Amino acid sequence: MINVTINGDTHRLDSDLNLNDLLRKLDIEEDKVAIEHNREIVPKSTFDNVMVGDGDNLEIVHFIGGG
Amino acid sequence: MTDNLIIAGKEYNSRLIVGTGKYKDFEETKLAVEASGAEIVTVAVRRVNISKPGEPMLVDYLDPKKYTFLPNTAGCFTGDDAVRTLRLAREAGGWDLVKLEVLGDQKTLYPNMPETVEAAKTLIAEGFQVMVYCNDDPIQAKILEDIGCCAIMPLGAPIGSGLGIQNPVGIRIIVENANVPVIVDAGVGTASEAAVAMELGCDAVLMNTAIAEAKDPIRMARAMNHAVQAGRDAYLSGRMPKKLYADPSSPLAGLI
Repeated sequence: MINVTINGDTHRLDSDLNLNDLLRKLDIEEDKVAIEHNREIVPKSTFDNVMVGDGDNLEIVHFIGGG
Repeated sequence: MTDNLIIAGKEYNSRLIVGTGKYKDFEETKLAVEASGAEIVTVAVRRVNISKPGEPMLVDYLDPKKYTFLPNTAGCFTGDDAVRTLRLAREAGGWDLVKLEVLGDQKTLYPNMPETVEAAKTLIAEGFQVMVYCNDDPIQAKILEDIGCCAIMPLGAPIGSGLGIQNPVGIRIIVENANVPVIVDAGVGTASEAAVAMELGCDAVLMNTAIAEAKDPIRMARAMNHAVQAGRDAYLSGRMPKKLYADPSSPLAGLI
């Protein structure tokens, strides 16, 4: 198991997840979000190739109402 | 005769741009946007609430294929935060047109212009089409146009204040100097004030609170739709000159 910070909160996860696995686990649709991995934007096309590692910091964002 | 708004090469029939914040729920957001006739809607970029998976999302109610989503940087007080937010927005949505706003302080929400200019330069270098929130200063507006912003968006009054156009002279000078669309962003409170902005020659008006915080937001959205069209027509018509004394509308000849 590894510790990962997602949107500011620490989560314990299995150690062999890529970003698409993580989104499925969180029940989030890939096409509605963007992900920042340790302050780097991750292109959606590479979600399968980017593995989540111990101590990683992820931001998962989407569009909400705003002015 | 067509009189379309063109921003970054794309044509729009509507000259009203609306925000999607502060509504009671997504259904009301959707109905108000429909009533406004707007084709561009602003949206914010925020963390997904991962503790509540499957919650409804804005995109379930407003289709990004039907509306142009304009991601904003509301809440950003540094250029770096704004750039970071818009990079994420581009990846989330896949489009380059964005609204940059870098705020100076919580109380006024006035823009921090030096940070805004630097952030705009960075974004433009990265291929973004930047519509920029700015103060009502013609010199700053020109600087933003010269570095390549695709629309200049001076505030009419502080964000969410509903005070109307406080500096019509400044806005008018910005319009006269600009070669890109000028859009009053923030400050409009009611329909007549949207018309004032358009009569000054602005290319469009952007608003959120004036609609969302009306008692009947959907009806106010319709009112704003009419006001922006009326103001545009009045501007293009060329108003009559103002005179000090009366001038009868009925002929004087043939009086009994």
